[in-house]
Parts: sequence; C-alpha cells; structure tokens
Amino acid sequence: MSSASRPLIIVEGLAKTFVLHNAGGAVIPVFERLHMEVRPGECVVLSGESGVGKSTLMRSIYGNYAPSSGSVRVLHDGDYTDITQASPHAILDVRRRTLGYVSQFLRVIPRVPTLRLVMEPLLDNGVDPDEAEGRARDLLSALRLPERLWALPPATFSGGEQQRVNIARSFIRQYPVMLLDEPTASLDAENRAIVVELIRGALTSGTAMIGIFHDADVRDAVATRLFPVLEFKVAA
Amino acid sequence: MTEASPPANLAERYYNYAYLDEQTKRMIRRAILKALAIPGYQAPFGSREMPVPYGWGTGGIQLTAAIIGPDDVYKCIDQGADDTTNAVSIRKFFAKVADVATTEDTSDATIIQTRHRIPEQSLKAGQVLVFQVPQPEPLRGLEARETETRAMHAYEEYGLQYVSLYENISAYGRIAATAGYPVMIEERYLMSPSPIPKFDNPKMDDNEAILLFGAGREKRIYALPPHTRVRSLDFEDYPFEVQSWEENCALCGAEDSYLDEVVLDDAGNKMFVCSDSHFCGERRKAGHSGPMAGHQLDQTVEGNTP
Amino acid sequence: MNAVANIQAEPLLRVQGLSKWYGHVLGCRDVSFEMRPGEVLGVVGESGSGKTTLLKCLSGRLVPSSGQVEFETRRHGLTDIYALSEPDRRRMQREDWGFVHQNPRDGLRMRVSGGANVAEPLMNMGQRHYGEMRRSTVEWLERVELDTSRIDDKPRNFSGGMQQRIQVARNLIHGPKLVFMDEPTGGLDVSVQARLLDLLRELVRDLGLAVIIVTHDMAVARLMADRLLVMRRGEVVETGLTDQVLDDPQHAYTQLLVSSVLQI
Ligand SMILES: Nc1ncnc2c1ncn2[C@@H]1O[C@H](COP(=O)(O)OP(=O)(O)OP(=O)(O)O)[C@@H](O)[C@H]1O
Ligand SMILES: Nc1ncnc2c1ncn2[C@@H]1O[C@H](COP(=O)(O)OP(=O)(O)OP(=O)(O)O)[C@@H](O)[C@H]1O
Ligand SMILES: [Mg+2]
Ligand SMILES: [Mg+2]
Ligand SMILES: [Zn+2]
Repeated sequence: MSSASRPLIIVEGLAKTFVLHNAGGAVIPVFERLHMEVRPGECVVLSGESGVGKSTLMRSIYGNYAPSSGSVRVLHDGDYTDITQASPHAILDVRRRTLGYVSQFLRVIPRVPTLRLVMEPLLDNGVDPDEAEGRARDLLSALRLPERLWALPPATFSGGEQQRVNIARSFIRQYPVMLLDEPTASLDAENRAIVVELIRGALTSGTAMIGIFHDADVRDAVATRLFPVLEFKVAA
Repeated sequence: MTEASPPANLAERYYNYAYLDEQTKRMIRRAILKALAIPGYQAPFGSREMPVPYGWGTGGIQLTAAIIGPDDVYKCIDQGADDTTNAVSIRKFFAKVADVATTEDTSDATIIQTRHRIPEQSLKAGQVLVFQVPQPEPLRGLEARETETRAMHAYEEYGLQYVSLYENISAYGRIAATAGYPVMIEERYLMSPSPIPKFDNPKMDDNEAILLFGAGREKRIYALPPHTRVRSLDFEDYPFEVQSWEENCALCGAEDSYLDEVVLDDAGNKMFVCSDSHFCGERRKAGHSGPMAGHQLDQTVEGNTP
Repeated sequence: MNAVANIQAEPLLRVQGLSKWYGHVLGCRDVSFEMRPGEVLGVVGESGSGKTTLLKCLSGRLVPSSGQVEFETRRHGLTDIYALSEPDRRRMQREDWGFVHQNPRDGLRMRVSGGANVAEPLMNMGQRHYGEMRRSTVEWLERVELDTSRIDDKPRNFSGGMQQRIQVARNLIHGPKLVFMDEPTGGLDVSVQARLLDLLRELVRDLGLAVIIVTHDMAVARLMADRLLVMRRGEVVETGLTDQVLDDPQHAYTQLLVSSVLQI
C-alpha cells in the first residue's frame, strides 16, 4: 500500500459513554465499537438525527472528549499517534500541525484582533509574520469579511461574521486532516458557496476531512461518503 | 588630664578601667578580632548600656573602651571638628575613665574616634580609627527582613544595593548619594562606611591604619585591617565620583579637603572652610592662607588649638 | 492555544510524590507530574484545596514533607531543588524562575520606583550598565502596556492592575525559563482582569515560557493553560488537556467545578 493512500485517521473500537456523577450517576451511552478510516482527499460526512452523537464523535477524534474505550490514530510525522493515549503536549502538537478543527462556535479570545487570530496558526508553525499577514488578508477578503472588522476582536461580531473568522483560522494553512462541525450553519447562500469552494480545494490537495453538515446542498457538494453514526448506537 | 592623686585602690580601679568590666571588654575584643579576620563582615556583639543615649556613639565608645590602654593618646572628632560638645564630652569621658592623654593632633593620636568624617591627614600604621555607626546594614533601607539581608551577605547577593544607586540616577541624573555611600570590601562583603561623606570613601582603600566600626543599638561591629581593598559601588556608565568644590578653604586655602559651608550673616554671605578643624589649623600655622584669612572665625578655630 | 515546544524535549520540571503536611493539616498529597519547556500548566480547585501549598513547594519556598521537585538547572542538569545548596537554589530562583504573586505588595518593593522594580532582576544577575538597564526597562514597560513616562513613579501611585503589570515585567525581564503565578488576576476588576490575562497569554506565547498558574477561575484556566491539574482536599483528582478536562470532565468533583461555572 503506497503511503499516499494510507488512512490519515483510523478509529477502532471507539466507545463513548458519559457518566454524570452529579446527576445521580446518570449514564449516557452514545456509541460503541465504532470503526472509521479516512484517507487523503476523502470527505466523510457524519449523519444522523440530532443527539445521535455526531459532535461527540468528532470531539473524541480531536481529543476534546475522552472516549471510554478504543483508539483514534492520526497520521502525524509519518507515524500514527493515538489521541486517546497521547499526552496533552503530544495532542497539542498534533493539533498544531496535523489536525484542524472548525467548531460551530468561535471561542473568542478577548482583545486579540481578527487579523492576528487568523494569522496565529501560521505563526505557531513558524511562518514569517509578513507572509502570514498577506495570506490572512487574502483569505478574509475571499470570505468577504469587511476589512473594517479586521483590526477588531471578533467578540462583537455577528454569528455569521464570527463563523467566517473561525473558518479562516482553519483554512489559513493546509492541515492534513480537518474536522468540520457545521461550519456553514450561520452563513448565507453566497458565503456557503465560498466555503464549499475552500473545502473542495483542500480535498483536491489531499486533505482528509470529517464533516457534519445539516445543509443538504453543502453536504452533497463536498461529501465523498456518508457515515451514519446511528449504526454504532449503543443498543438500548 | 591625669588625676592629682593616685587612686586609693589601684586594683579595684583597674577592674573597671575604661568604664566597662573586663568580661565585657573581652567579649568586645573577640568580636573585633572576628571582624578583623573577615573584613566587612558584621560581627554581632552584646552591646552594653552606656552613659550616653543610643545615637550618641555608644558603639564607638564601647569599641574604644575595649581597646584603649593607659599609653594611648586619644582624639575624638565629630563631623571633623574636635571642639563640638559631643566630641569634647566623649574625650573628657575617656580622659577620666581610661586615664589617657588626649590630643587634637591627628598624627599624635593612637586612637581616633569619629563621627561622620575621616581626618584629611593620612593615617599611619599603628593608629586605630573608630567609627560611630547608627545603621550598620547597608541593605536595610531596601530590605527590612534581617534573615534576608543576612542571607544576601552570606551568598554575596548584592544586586539590591544597586537598586538604590539606580533610583538615584533616575531621580537626579547622577548618583546623588553623598554620605554613607556603600562600599565593597575585598570584593566580598558589602559595607556601609557609616555616614561619612563619600569624599572620604577613597581614604578607606589601602589605609595603613585599622578601621573599626561600632553600632551600639544594632549590636554590630565590623572592621577593616590595614591595606584592605575598598571599592565604592557604581555603574559602568556612572562611575563613582567624590564631591568637589569650586572654592578653596576660605581660611587656609586648601584645595583638596572636605569643605563645610558656613553662613556668615542674614544677608546670605557664606564661606567654605575645612570640616577637619585640626587640618585647617595646621595649614594656617604653616603659613597657608585663604581669601578670608584673618576672619573672626579664623580666631575661633585657632583659639581651640592648644 | 500556546505554541507547544518540542515534544521530544527533556522535562524542565519533574515532580514525584510531593506531599506537604502542616502538622496534622494536609496541604497537598502525593502530587506527581512533569513539565516541558513552553508548557503552561493550570492548577485549579476550590479554596483550601492545596493550590498555593503546591506552588510554594514547587517554587522552592516551602520544604515538602516528602517527595521530590527536580528542575533542569543550567549547571547540574535535572536536580532535586531541595538538595541544592541554599545559594545555588536562590540563584536558580533568581535567574531561571519568576514568581507573580496575587498581591502585588508581596511581589514588588513598594519603596522603590516601578522602573527600579523592573530592573532589579537585571542587577541581581550582575548587570552594571545603567543606560542599558533603563532601555530594557522601558521596553518591558511598553510590552506590558504601561505609560513609560511613569517609569519613576512608586508602585503605590499605580492602580492594582498597573501594579500587576509591573510585577509581570519584573518577573519576565531576565528571561526566566519557568514562571509561577498564584492567582495573578485575583484581586482585580473583571475588565482589568481580562486585559491582563490577554497580555499574559500573549507574552507567554511569544516568549515560549513554561508557566504554572494557580487559579480558581475556570475561564482563566481555559485561556491560559495547555494542561490542568484539578485539586481537591490536597490531592490531584484529575489531570489532562485543558479543553478535555473542562468539556468532558471525568471526576465527580471536576464535573461539579465545571458545571458551577456559566459559559466558559
Ligand atoms: N459534554 C457532555 N457531557 C454530557 N453529555 C454530553 C456531552 N456532550 C454530548 N453529550 C450527550 O451526548 C449525546 C450526543 O450529543 P451530540 O452533541 O454528540 O449530538 P449531535 O449528534 O452532535 O447532535 P446535534 O445534531 O444536535 O448537534 C447527547 O445525548 C448529549 O446530551
Ligand atoms: N501555614 C499553614 N499552616 C497550617 N495550615 C496551612 C498553612 N497554609 C495552608 N494551610 C492549610 O492547607 C490547606 C491548603 O491551603 P492552600 O493555601 O494551599 O489552599 P489554596 O488551594 O491555595 O486555597 P485558596 O484558593 O483559598 O488560596 C488548607 O487547609 C489550609 O488551611
Ligand atoms: Mg452536534
Ligand atoms: Mg491560594
Ligand atoms: Zn582649611
């Protein structure tokens, strides 16, 4: 098997159950025995109704949630790193260089101007600040975020504006793997189309993607296959 | 100076020779030896109640009392002058309790007790200069905790002392501190020279005499044996400098002595004269004169010379 | 959010089985962890859980009852800091570490100017050129966004937030490898707090500093830390990546801690 077709993500036997200790020890099983592989250029779209566990799966892959069992291996520096076992600094390193994530909401860092926020992933990877700024400006222009907003922190932006900042942050550099949790949810049709183009561009250049899209048009435009999370639902 | 009749009971008198009992003097001498062995180190000692209040030189008086003997010749100055009330009474005290000859002549003295000055005339081997010290700890103004300043001395952590010099330059554009200017002893211990003018700092370096410092209230003795290296702290771009005057001494014309400003009248007329009264008198006797030679102050000073 | 230093790097700090008892009162018990250069570790937990005790033991200010704190020293490599001679330990604290106190009064010399407070660590490291120190001080006052024309004012003439900025500059100017912070924004108004935190976050990132920050504020922990230790009754009950601990806490106590905070 050539390295080009090696999966960038291998999820094996993954299970997640929430235990709410302060709600009488309530147990919320979400999924179990979950398997998934994603190769370069693939866009796997997680499907299923609200509450089925799409976001939970994505967050487990990102290391944001701690799975109950199983492994999530990400191809990083030519080797697979198991996110479920890796140390915090190893996970942060995988996130910095390999694993991008666009969440539904922008978690704003107060006072940091938009342009700087978008440049950050490049700066973190040692890109020259002038080049980083040039690329950030190009991308924000492409996403049609009004230039007067660039010098402001996004705290006061509208939902759609914040979401575009979020997208810019993740597409500013090419992550080998990207996780997209409803990146177009609060965007109008025109902006959605721009994001679809960004996603397609990344796929063409070999990024492996896992996405959640409620919007059927967007999903159809980018999905290479669907992944119904319900199949791994824990039997009630 | 000596008493008219010999004391009735010599042994008893000598038991209390120089006011302090022998045991106390031995304890102080031990502290002095320790201080001499570690130049610049503040040796603790069991300070005694003295017949003068703290701040009047109890540390210096105890040092003198511990080292003085009947053959010594004693001189006492206050701000350079032999004739201030304070200097006169301490001198009388030792003439009485130690039965010693006293002098105002720097070169005749074997022990010179001083507050705030070092005589202009170079000291010689065999002489002891005893300083009265109000605050022995140079770092105290910056660090109140004794445990901490002690550790700083122990581990030679003297960055903090430079903070005060830094503050001086920030405030005045130069190191404006004029008295009690901190010194490094043999590149090891940081030391306060007592509140002498920094003009006198260079005199401590490589001095032939023994320099003893006593702080009564703070119960510390420190010392410089002959020929100790003494360096005044400074910055590379703000080197140490002593005070200098446009004027010469108005009475003796000296160009290189420490001058006091004396206000002459309500009209604001003033003159500058040597703070070291003995030095000034000697120069005038030798025929030197300044622009105001013959002024009535001239007589006053002269009149004190025996 | 912090740029993480080389993950292969040797540990900068290694803590093993650290416990501190105050007589019969437990300060902290059996704490172990490692830190690498450039990592930011948050220590969270309710009042009295042992955060300050742990920080004091780690920073050489409080001798632990048992256990070890090893630090990568310039001269001896990874060394038990309590086995160092006192002057060596003090030198390491002075040259390799910084300590930002919650109360600026504990971390500043109130009798000397803000500028001299910032410059002092340079003097402690042997700098003897006034002009150069002055220049670095001005630079640092700019970095912490203080009006440089007030360089010679005494700390008491500054607001609490400004005093804290002076303290931050004072603790970074000498290029430490590890900085300890105990509730650095604790005593401040919310708005002042946000600005200071942001500044701290930027500085820590730009300098690639390793930081151990104690806070009971989850928002502060989220913003500053790569990794969290959650303490309760002197023990570490949970540890992990900051966002994982906050978004998917495993221990009952952490769940309580996180759920009692709105919107972080
Ligand atoms: N941090 C959490 N703590 C406890 N339970 C959680 C947590 N996150 C998710 N859950 C639970 O896990 C289940 C799956 O939620 P999840 O958010 O993954 O659904 P989803 O498929 O993304 O839904 P939606 O389409 O509405 O976003 C839900 O029952 C949810 O309540
Ligand atoms: N010097 C001391 N002597 C005795 N007990 C102490 C001492 N210092 C702390 N303790 C106790 O040790 C425990 C931990 O205290 P510590 O100060 O480390 O808590 P903390 O987590 O920093 O709390 P806070 O958030 O309130 O600052 C507490 O029970 C406290 O009362
Ligand atoms: Mg979801
Ligand atoms: Mg505390
Ligand atoms: Zn004269």
